[in-house]
Amino acid sequence: MKKNRSLLFKVTAYTVCLILAILSVLPFWIMFVNATRDTFQIQQEALSLVPSSHLFDNLKILLGKTFDPLKGLTNSMIVSVASTLCTVYFSALTAYAIFAYNWKMRKPFFTLILAVMMIPAQVSVIGFYQFMYKIGMTNNFMALILPTIAAPTAVFFMRQFMMASLPLELVEAARIDGASEFYTFNKIILPIMKPAMATQAIFSFVSSWNSLFLPLVLLTNNDKYTMPIMVSLLRGDIYKTEYGAVYLGLTLTVLPIFIAYFLLSRYIIEGVALGGVKG
Amino acid sequence: MKRRKNISYAKYGYIFSLPFILAFLIFSLYPILYTAVLGFTDYKGLAATSWQFLDEPFKNFELILNNKSFRQALVNTFMIWTMNFIPQILMALLLTAWFTSRRNKLRGKGFFKVLFYLPNIITAASIAILFYALFSYPVGPVNSLLLKLGIVDEPIYFLVSKMSARGIVAFIQFWMWYGYTMLILTSGVLGINPEIFEAAEIDGTNGIQTFFYITLPNIKTILLYVLITSMIGGLNMFDIPQLFMQGGPDNSTLTTSVFIYNQAFSGSYLYNRAAAASMIMFVIIAVFSAALFFLMRDKSEIQIRKEAKAAEKARKLANKAQGVI
Repeated sequence: MKKNRSLLFKVTAYTVCLILAILSVLPFWIMFVNATRDTFQIQQEALSLVPSSHLFDNLKILLGKTFDPLKGLTNSMIVSVASTLCTVYFSALTAYAIFAYNWKMRKPFFTLILAVMMIPAQVSVIGFYQFMYKIGMTNNFMALILPTIAAPTAVFFMRQFMMASLPLELVEAARIDGASEFYTFNKIILPIMKPAMATQAIFSFVSSWNSLFLPLVLLTNNDKYTMPIMVSLLRGDIYKTEYGAVYLGLTLTVLPIFIAYFLLSRYIIEGVALGGVKG
Repeated sequence: MKRRKNISYAKYGYIFSLPFILAFLIFSLYPILYTAVLGFTDYKGLAATSWQFLDEPFKNFELILNNKSFRQALVNTFMIWTMNFIPQILMALLLTAWFTSRRNKLRGKGFFKVLFYLPNIITAASIAILFYALFSYPVGPVNSLLLKLGIVDEPIYFLVSKMSARGIVAFIQFWMWYGYTMLILTSGVLGINPEIFEAAEIDGTNGIQTFFYITLPNIKTILLYVLITSMIGGLNMFDIPQLFMQGGPDNSTLTTSVFIYNQAFSGSYLYNRAAAASMIMFVIIAVFSAALFFLMRDKSEIQIRKEAKAAEKARKLANKAQGVI
């Protein structure tokens, strides 16, 4: 009796999990396959699990129009790497300020960070755009990078990490040895923070890489388009009948993240579970 | 002597948080205030540079609140969010219960977790367009699959029906987020003191009882966190509805974010109306955020107190050590 129930449980659980797993992979698999098929094949039969041979024809069609994956990739790379560096370094610094020093405004400051954690870009976008427009910073990556210096969620996460695994005695010891505060932070604290920084680096990179809203508002010059804006071009009329090319375009945007994800999945999954706080 | 030393270090607290504070003031607070001000003006038109306050200060807000599309956007946002959140939380809870079950250990949990979380990390913009292609008519992969399985006799034109467009957007949201929610809930369950479960086992509870009477009450805070963050995320939903059907068909997938974007950056560039709509959204989000804030504050308050105690202890210890030397 008990054995039967356990078996029933396992069959149900594995079936559901398997269906969900297929659901996660199938759309991307269809995308990869259709990227290698031409429009005629797709119109004949849209669903195929076996790749065909038209990858390079599709590439030619794709690149013959406005879609420029190399430019998108480069621009996204610049913005994402710079944003990640800003977020990781300054969040650690800010968290350290809250963690290690007893200053008068420390508590109100931390309260502020908690309070603004959930405010999305959407509510300030009009003012932000006008402000950037006035100082001539639209179409300038700095307008996307500099705001990431203030990343409340990352600060919160880093502070949690410091409280769990950074003994204040260490700071005291460094002071006794005569280290300056900046030196202590850069040479002693940062190395200890590596695991937390790596987690935050992954998440801030991904969120910056995937971000569409602000770049779409700020970047109007084709040369500055990031990957998600490039992708949005595939929805336009010029690719209306080029099914294979559209799938290929999507594949090119998804592939880098796919590879990175499967290489780093362990850390990412751990990071999500650890973070708990990520919008 | 010791005291003076502490005071002299305090200034580093200010210095180290200065970059954050500056970036926050310039790129967050100022734009929000600026947006609020613009909501009371006549500012519109591409490349317009001057604006004046309106004679009736709340006119933009009135117009927005009475705007059919904006109301529709609020209704849509709520509908799509509900259609996505209820299945999402149920699925996440079910998987959490399975993955943390102490009696029936499943194999391959790590593998499944990786696959379930996968859609969340892929660019939403790409996913929106991918689903647009998958649901195309008359020939599209989904139609093809349904025909092959014999579920339908004729291809379905998914993208012209309001309800099916909303359903697909809700499904995409579900598909992208249930894995994330499951990971958060699982880590919450793993954080529960195992002794509680052991005690329950000794008392002879079965798996279902354990889940409802022990697991669920113990992850209440996390459930609430998931609920509120998901609501705020739902209000901000932009990438999927914008690129999937541009808010269509017939405004059925128009969300508040898409509405704001369309008001400000297309058509007649009504920055003032968009700003007013942003502020309305801000108020709604602020209410949710406040709820979340009180939820999280208790915990961090306790931690701050703990930390202060620990610091005090450390200081005493250091003093003692110095005394010894």
